[in-house]
Amino acid sequence: MSTRPWSEARLHVVTGKGGTGKTTVAAALALALAAGGRRTLVVEVEGRQGLAQLFDTPPLPYEERRIASASGGGEVSALAVDVEEALLEYLAMFYNLRSAGRALRRMGAVDFATTIAPGMRDVLLTGKVKEAVTRTRQGHRVYDAVILDAPPTGRITRFLNVTAEVAGLARVGPIKTQSDGVMAVLRSPQTAVHVVTLLEEMPVQETVDAVSELRAAHLPLGSVIVNMTRPPLLPEPALAPAAAGRVDRTELRAGLAAAGLDAKLAPTLAAEAVEHAERWQVEDDNRDTLAALGLPTIELPFLPGPVDLGGLYELAELLRPAEEAA
Amino acid sequence: MTRGRNGSAAPHLDLDAVAHDPATRIVVCCGSGGVGKTTTAAAIGLRAAEAGRTVVVLTIDPARRLAQSMGLTQLDNTPREVPGVDPAKGGELHAMMLDMKRTFDEIVSAHSTPERAEQIFANPFYQSLSSSFSGTQEYMAMEKLSQLRALDEWDLIVVDTPPSRSALDFLDAPKRLGRFLDGRMLRLLLAPARTGGRAYFKVVSASFGLFTRVLTKIIGTDVLRDLSAFVGALETMFGGFRERAQATYELLKTPGTAFVVVAAPEPAALREASYFVDRLSAESMPLAGMVLNRMRSSGAPKLSAGRAEVAADALDEAGTHELTAAVLRVHAARARLAAGDRRMRDRFTSAHPEVPIAEVPALSTDVHDLDGLRRIGTALAG
Repeated sequence: MSTRPWSEARLHVVTGKGGTGKTTVAAALALALAAGGRRTLVVEVEGRQGLAQLFDTPPLPYEERRIASASGGGEVSALAVDVEEALLEYLAMFYNLRSAGRALRRMGAVDFATTIAPGMRDVLLTGKVKEAVTRTRQGHRVYDAVILDAPPTGRITRFLNVTAEVAGLARVGPIKTQSDGVMAVLRSPQTAVHVVTLLEEMPVQETVDAVSELRAAHLPLGSVIVNMTRPPLLPEPALAPAAAGRVDRTELRAGLAAAGLDAKLAPTLAAEAVEHAERWQVEDDNRDTLAALGLPTIELPFLPGPVDLGGLYELAELLRPAEEAA
Repeated sequence: MTRGRNGSAAPHLDLDAVAHDPATRIVVCCGSGGVGKTTTAAAIGLRAAEAGRTVVVLTIDPARRLAQSMGLTQLDNTPREVPGVDPAKGGELHAMMLDMKRTFDEIVSAHSTPERAEQIFANPFYQSLSSSFSGTQEYMAMEKLSQLRALDEWDLIVVDTPPSRSALDFLDAPKRLGRFLDGRMLRLLLAPARTGGRAYFKVVSASFGLFTRVLTKIIGTDVLRDLSAFVGALETMFGGFRERAQATYELLKTPGTAFVVVAAPEPAALREASYFVDRLSAESMPLAGMVLNRMRSSGAPKLSAGRAEVAADALDEAGTHELTAAVLRVHAARARLAAGDRRMRDRFTSAHPEVPIAEVPALSTDVHDLDGLRRIGTALAG
């Protein structure tokens, strides 16, 4: 794979329609970018504990912890950001108000504040991510890359476009300052937004919509990652005719007989082959639609069964930046 | 009810028996996102209309082409007749897309003076709450449902629930919004608006002083002023929100309502379905059964995946009949997927043996016309 335009990025935002496997892709990308002795952090913000399930660990607390290792001493850490905790941390960090924050939580005020202004919620979440991206220790970046398992395509632009979201609520003041700082990172070449999709109608449509919204909001796009692809099982020359309903039944009957199977199965099996080819055709059309977006595209194969750590390493290998791939 | 379809141990769900029964007035389609709720709701509505009932389908967020096929070109809260429905039995199908902000605006207008309504509409917090609060869509869907039911113009209302992460949100979010709009926090915030200016410092508790202080630090004085103004303007409507949410909730418990849980043969979708079934039963809400979409099936169930693969290997080894070998591999892959789907279904059934299931076969393309909906309707009738 050629050098990717987003190889400079240090914050990788992974979005996608629900069901496309964006959490899996985010985790695999974190492993890929940790190869060769690097340190990465994968962050989830929707309280689903998808990373814990994927890495088969107990639920993640609001605390960065190591969950996997990569080649050459590389390390992947994970963090599940909790909005309430992020707000309390924010209060403690900037206003020295940790105990007041606890009192507010008991009153339900924190829930209230993050509910009345959803924009504020997003500023807190992206603010925490920005903090991890820019954090240094003894003059060095703590993480070489941060991977965000972000909200789905339908909400991603609003989620990332925090300044616009809080503009109506706060024209000046601390929230405004905070959101401007986050926006500066999100709009810079340090960030790349990747969209995960399947070769199906709805996810592809949502990908196209999300890409145009992200472009309009001047958010830097990374790549389109096509997940769970399967190669066609029919030989190339037979595909197009089969998609048009033509399968050589005479040959099929002869073949079934030669294999010691009932030749009467021929029409049923031919119908299955036609459906398979139709599906392949639809997928290929969707591939063209995605190619027209003009973004680098990476295809990941379908892995049978639930994805485990072994599967993640397999996908990570395919996501590794070109210069380091073996 | 019959048992044993497609090797299933679950009772068979006959949706015709549910949706064509004159006693059924509301069908609610629930399930996690992406399992085909909208399509299922539309298919149930169309089939009931063509059986002679006057039906309205309330959809929340339909895919563009499905919406077009139902003549839904705008989101305007008005039920419109769907063209192309067979009128032979005297039925009609209407459809509408929920406009959540407009529904909210209507409630505000109905419960306040025009001047006060204007104030509320202009407030940035109202704009944020009415368009993006995570529970607003669910609340407004419930609200619209009870409005449609009160009009009593339709024999049957079919509701497609919002595309939330969890199916339970449809039941919980309205209460959450009601509690929120009605809650202690709002009352506390209301204090400055009610007493005006500095006087309120005398009347509020110490904890509220702390709250204001922190809030001012985080969001700034301007924002706090907007927030207080918003809360003050909404004051007249307190109570109303919670009562309305409660009334609709009660409506859902009446015998005229049937819940249909929609799922696909995937672990996450079935887990959600399972939570939902438990919840409905805990709340004594009437569950008709589960629609299991996208069930893959093998065309030749007698030819197992294993045997098909062995035969394909043998043909490949002999170097003859390349096409047949490939077709056998297509069959093997399909048979394995079908077996996986049945396994998922059976796991659900062992946990919930009493829940009737209607299976809808997987289609190679999405549904975007009435004929496609009719085919789904036929599968639902079993």
